Formats: sequence, C-alpha cells, structure tokens
Amino acid sequence: MSEQISVLEYELTARFPGAVIADERKGYSGYLVQADKLIEVATSLRDELGYDYLVSLTGVDYLPEGKMETVYHLCRSTGGSPLVIKVQVPRDQAVVPSLVPVYPGAELQEREVWDLLGIRFEGHPDLRRILLWEGFYGHPLRKDWREPYYEEEGKPFKSRWPDGHVYRAEDKNPFHKNVDYPAGFNPETWVPEADAALYAGIGKIQSSGNGSDLQTEQVVVNLGPQHPSTHGVFRMAVTLDGETIMALKPVMGYLHRNHEKIGERNTFLQNMPFTDRLDYFSSMSNNFGYALAVEKLMGIKPPERAEYLRVIMAEFTRICNHLAAIGFFLNDLGAYFTPVLYALEERELILDIFEAVSGSRMMCNYFRFGGVARDLPEGIYEKMRKLVYDRLPRKIDELDRYLTNNEIVRARGEGVGVLTPQQAIALSAAGPLLRASGVPYDLRRADPYSIYDRFDFDVAVRYHGDIYDRYLIRIDEMRQSVRILQQAVRDLPDGPIQEGKPQYQVRVPAGESYGRVEGPKGELGFYVVSNGKANPWRYHVRAPSFINLTALETMCVGNKVADVVAILGSIDIVLGETDR
Amino acid sequence: MSDELNTPGYEIPPEMRGSIAITTLDKIYNWGRRSSIWPMMFGLACCAIEMICTAASRFDFARFGMEVMRPSPRQADLMLVSGTVTKKMIPQIVRLYNQMPEPKYVVAMGACASGGGPFKEGYNVVSGVDNYIPVDVYIPGCPPTPQALLHGLITLQKKIDTQSIRQVRWYQEGSEVVPVPVLGPDIMDPREYDLIKQYTTEKLLKEQASAETPAGQSA
Repeated sequence: MSEQISVLEYELTARFPGAVIADERKGYSGYLVQADKLIEVATSLRDELGYDYLVSLTGVDYLPEGKMETVYHLCRSTGGSPLVIKVQVPRDQAVVPSLVPVYPGAELQEREVWDLLGIRFEGHPDLRRILLWEGFYGHPLRKDWREPYYEEEGKPFKSRWPDGHVYRAEDKNPFHKNVDYPAGFNPETWVPEADAALYAGIGKIQSSGNGSDLQTEQVVVNLGPQHPSTHGVFRMAVTLDGETIMALKPVMGYLHRNHEKIGERNTFLQNMPFTDRLDYFSSMSNNFGYALAVEKLMGIKPPERAEYLRVIMAEFTRICNHLAAIGFFLNDLGAYFTPVLYALEERELILDIFEAVSGSRMMCNYFRFGGVARDLPEGIYEKMRKLVYDRLPRKIDELDRYLTNNEIVRARGEGVGVLTPQQAIALSAAGPLLRASGVPYDLRRADPYSIYDRFDFDVAVRYHGDIYDRYLIRIDEMRQSVRILQQAVRDLPDGPIQEGKPQYQVRVPAGESYGRVEGPKGELGFYVVSNGKANPWRYHVRAPSFINLTALETMCVGNKVADVVAILGSIDIVLGETDR
Repeated sequence: MSDELNTPGYEIPPEMRGSIAITTLDKIYNWGRRSSIWPMMFGLACCAIEMICTAASRFDFARFGMEVMRPSPRQADLMLVSGTVTKKMIPQIVRLYNQMPEPKYVVAMGACASGGGPFKEGYNVVSGVDNYIPVDVYIPGCPPTPQALLHGLITLQKKIDTQSIRQVRWYQEGSEVVPVPVLGPDIMDPREYDLIKQYTTEKLLKEQASAETPAGQSA
C-alpha cells in the first residue's frame, strides 16, 4: 500500500514539477494541484494510473487563509482507497476548470459546489444552481454568509445554556420568519427567473434521424415535484418526440434542508441524529459512515462487540431498504401497492429490532464515536436469530418467487434503461446501479471497513445494466446480507460496547478525513474537516442518491416516457439524501 | 339558516321507530365528512415513510375511512404535510392547497411541518407550514410514530364533529385563496411586499450610513 503511494508520489510530483505538490498540512493527505494543470493531471491519473472513478467532489471555504479549495476523491474501479487531489484558488476569484470532460460524473456535483460555495467551474456545460433556485442571494456554505436565523458560529448557543437569555429566533427577525433580503431590493420590480434557463437547455433537440420522414413536434413535459412516481419531491423536465425521450433534466432541491450548513454549526456528536435524516430509509448505515469519518480523525476504534452490532444493524438496514426499494419499484411498474405491503411487512419486523435497541423506529441515532449507544435489550438477540435464520430467507425467496418471473416485470425491465459498465464508471454511479452494470465494486470488498473482511459473502453483480438487473441485484444483495447477518449473529462476542467513556463533547484533532461505507444505495461518504474546535469546519455528505442521478439522462434518452418512471424507480433515490 | 334546524324536536311515532332517524344537518354532514377523509398522496420527507407505514397492513388507516389516497389535489380532502417544508417547495404546496376543493383540512405531521423541527435554522427551510396555510392539527414527533399519526387523524375527526355549517370558513363571505409565494432572493409572501420594501430601504440606508461614518471620523 505504502509502496503504491510512494510510486505515485514520485510519478505525480516529478511528472508535473511545480504543478503538483504533496499536501503537507497537519492531518491532511493527498496532493495540491495548480488550477490550470488540473485537467492534465486528472487525465493522466485516469488514463495512466487507472483512477477512472471520481467518487466525490466538493469544496471547502478556508476563510482565514482567504482560499477556496475543491477536493476530489479519485478511485480505481477495481478497488482500493481513494487518491485525494485538491485545487486552491483565491476566494474572490474562485474559478476552477471543470472536470466534466474527464469525469462526466462531476456534472451535478460541480453544480452543487457552485450553488453552495460559489466556485465557478470553467467549461461546465450547464452551470446553474441546483439545490437552490436561480436568483437566490449569495452562496450559503461560504463561511461569511449568514442565514436569517443566525445566532452564533457554533453550538451550543449561549441562549440555550442555563444562564443564557432564552429567546426564539423568530422574535428577533423583523418578518418573524426565516427570511432576509438584500439591501435596496424591490420586490415589485423583481422578475423571477423561474425555469427559463432550465427549459432553454432542453428546448429543441436535433433528431438523430430514426429513419422516418415523419415530421413530429417536440414537447417539453414536466413531471413533479408533486407526482406519485417521483418518490418524494423530485422533478424532471423531459423533451419528447412523440413518446420518445430526447432529453431530460433532473430538477432537485425541493427538500434541501441545509444539512451541511447546520452540520457546521453543530458539535460533532450533534450531527449524528442529523445523519439519520439523510437517507431516512437507512439511518443506521448513515450513522456508520459518519462515525467512521470522525473516528478516523480521532484515531479510535470501537470494541469487538460494537463492531459486530454495527455490522448487524447496517445489514438489517440494507435488507430494509432493498425490500422497500423493490416494493416501490413494483409500484412504479403498476403493481399498485400489493408488493409494497409484502415488503413493508418484513420491514416492520426489522424496525421492531431498531426500536428495541435505539428507541426509535426510523431515526435510530444509534452509533457513537467509538461504539454504539446501547447494548441489546433482553430478548432481542433471540428475535434477531429467528429473523435471520428462519423468516427473512424464507420471505426473500417468497418475494423472488412472486415477482422475478412475472411477465410484466420482465417485459418492462429487460433491455430498458441500459447503462454500460463504461458509462456507469464515468458517470460515478454507485451501489446497485454500478454493480448491475457489471462492475463488481462493493466497498465492503473494494476498500474494506469495520470488520467486513471477516465475513464470507459474495459481491452481487449482474451484467445487463438494465432495469430488470437492478431489480435482481437487490434480491441478490438481500440474500448476501442475510448470509453476513447469520455469521455476525452467530459470532457476536460479549464485551463492552463503547471505547472509553461515552462523551457528549469529543475532542477531534485538526485535519480532514473521508469515511465511506457501502450504503444500501451506493457509496455513502462523509468528508469532514476539523480545525480542532468543537464544531466541524466542513461537513460534506457524498450522497449516492444524488450522484446516481447524474446517470439518469443517459439511461432515459431513447426510451419511452412511460419508462422514465420505472428507470427512476430502479435507481432507488431518497430525496432526503439527494437534496440534503 | 335558522337555529331550529339543529334542534328538530320531533317525536317519532312508535310504528316508525327503527326505520326513521331524525338528526341535525350538521351531524349528518359531519358524519359523512369525518368518515371518508381522503388524504392527498403527497410525501415530503421522512414523515412520508411513516405515513406509508400507517397506510400499510400493520396500522392500516383504512379502518378510519382514509384509505383512498389521491395523488391529485382535486380529489383530496386532507393535506397531510408530511415532512420538512422548504422555501423552494412552498409555492407548490400553496398552489396544491388552493387547488383542493372545500371542505379541506391540513395536518402538519411532525416537528418540521409544525415549526421547522431540527432544521428550523436552515436557510432554505420554512419554519412551519402554518406561516402560509392554515393548519388544523399538529402532530409532534420526529417522525411521529404511526400510532401518533393515527391519533392525530382521530383528533381531526373529533374536530370535524364539532364543526357547524354556519361557521366553517369556506361558507363565509369573502373566503379567499392563499397568494402563492414568490421565489426572489429569498421566499416572498405577496402580502408582505410593503414590509419587505420598507426593510430593504432601511437596510440600504443603514449600509450607506455605516460606509460613510468611518470616512467622517477620519476627516
């Protein structure tokens, strides 16, 4: 491992003298790249060293140094830990070349960084705001930008302490609500930009010439944000030629809840319950990723029993999530609500376990830095054993039997919404979406974390890359999860569940860290920067639902409009995570 | 409408008892509405998942006449605001609310819809849907358990039981639609334009004044 890196360092810093230097800030790793050499460096990393998979792209505002930094995590699609490269630019002239030509998967992520941090990406094909709307004032993740309910830079706020003067934020705001307007703004002359920019991008598309001489008119159809098929508040604008999709633009941000800004005000532990609310189907695995990121910074490891409990909960979460994903996917295919009822029946049994161990059905808030919050209550072990050895395998087989060879599922799934392996890697697809396209990339094997290296299981992979395979792979993964669960439950050791004493206020040394887990929807990463204070300086979530949507247009173009719903269902997005 | 309607005071002849019932208009009207509340199928965030669980077999709110979830606001009686309301979404929510036919009810499910919840301080979060549309029942919890949601819905039924045709707001003169908020630099309520203008003008003056003061001091 270290050998690999030293080879890399030699090549990188020697090949681009002056343009690439190792990042030597304390607690940091990776390389700093000159902005004007970024494309060249990235291309050579991709083509010569095999870093073909852009995992995460984000930015950090280093206000005291007057710098903006973009951070890229690059991986090999064959596995291994990420290589981090960074570009620093001055704050008042934050322009970085866009990586979309090298890694098309950067498209939505760069738009997000532009939206929230105000770093402009030169050469980006469609640099519009993504989570907020055109016309919003400022870039909220900049450190000097303050929200209307601003109290202090970091929690705990003085007003909440026993001697503090308690007040409600709305009493201090002149409008008594969460709004603020720039000076001199006149609402009466304001013209909302609305969707002009969006529709301009997908107006008339040149027909690729399908052999017919028929002159048809293209129409733009808008789906959502309130639409039963979008799994929440997601919106798509589609250009149609007849029934065929010519172009598609996802529109999101309808559930943008400012996780990252709030996360930078919170203390480290206060963020734990917020991670629950990212992908609200799988709160346990969200906890996992965040705990790993902060533990890496703190340099601690949980005790054995806690590791096993973590794996057990994470795998239960995966089953929970895939059950629901399959159920709702069948909903989208028109099997209205019957498969969901079968799926939710099992999900309820798993939620019972979550409620018993954590006190809450959905928002578990179960993980702590260096352990878990509570041990198993009485009787739960037996319940888990029955579930993983008897009921779940049976019920997964049952679901398989009911659905897999259903004529409609096959007819609507096979060969529809195909994503080739090359496209999937280039577009930074992750999780079941990537593995259904024939890329056996599963972090539990590709970059093992926790104790996954101890378990015997197979990485599920399918090769057609269509909707049907994305359905099948979820069935496969549930079976593998049951296998892991059976081993974990069998081997669960006794012992403490928390390293050291449980603490509300943890000391996190300065530095950066990236914690990644294989969430049910794909790679879930947390990029945390600490400056040694009580609150994280930067808290970024690499959300699989969000980045998987980069591939949506590629999958949809050329298919019929009715398939969009099925394709979206097969990606399995959760808006809490997409919009954060 | 006269008061007598609600106090009929009729004796039913003995031979007709069992086949005739006399009740008040309010009662029969409320009974009809409370027993067939059709919620709008409209999930915003985490709470929507608990709403789905409440609709599914274990909790099953079909027992209360609510199983018909309609994706179209035109066919719905109840808007279950199940999740965090964001500034980007509130224009759509208000529009959906305006499209619902009356009588219509709104339930704010969970902490976020009721008052912003854990995300209250967020710059894109509306701290409570009641800033824009009237809410009938608030359900606490993050998310509320299905039992809590059922309790909230039963509370709504109780509220409907106490309503009178003469007093409900949709049969009053001048009941108006809620103006749809506009996405400006921040979300803007068209009813507050004067207030906004006053605020931004004052802010501009203050900024100009503070820009001039240091210069004045040095001079």
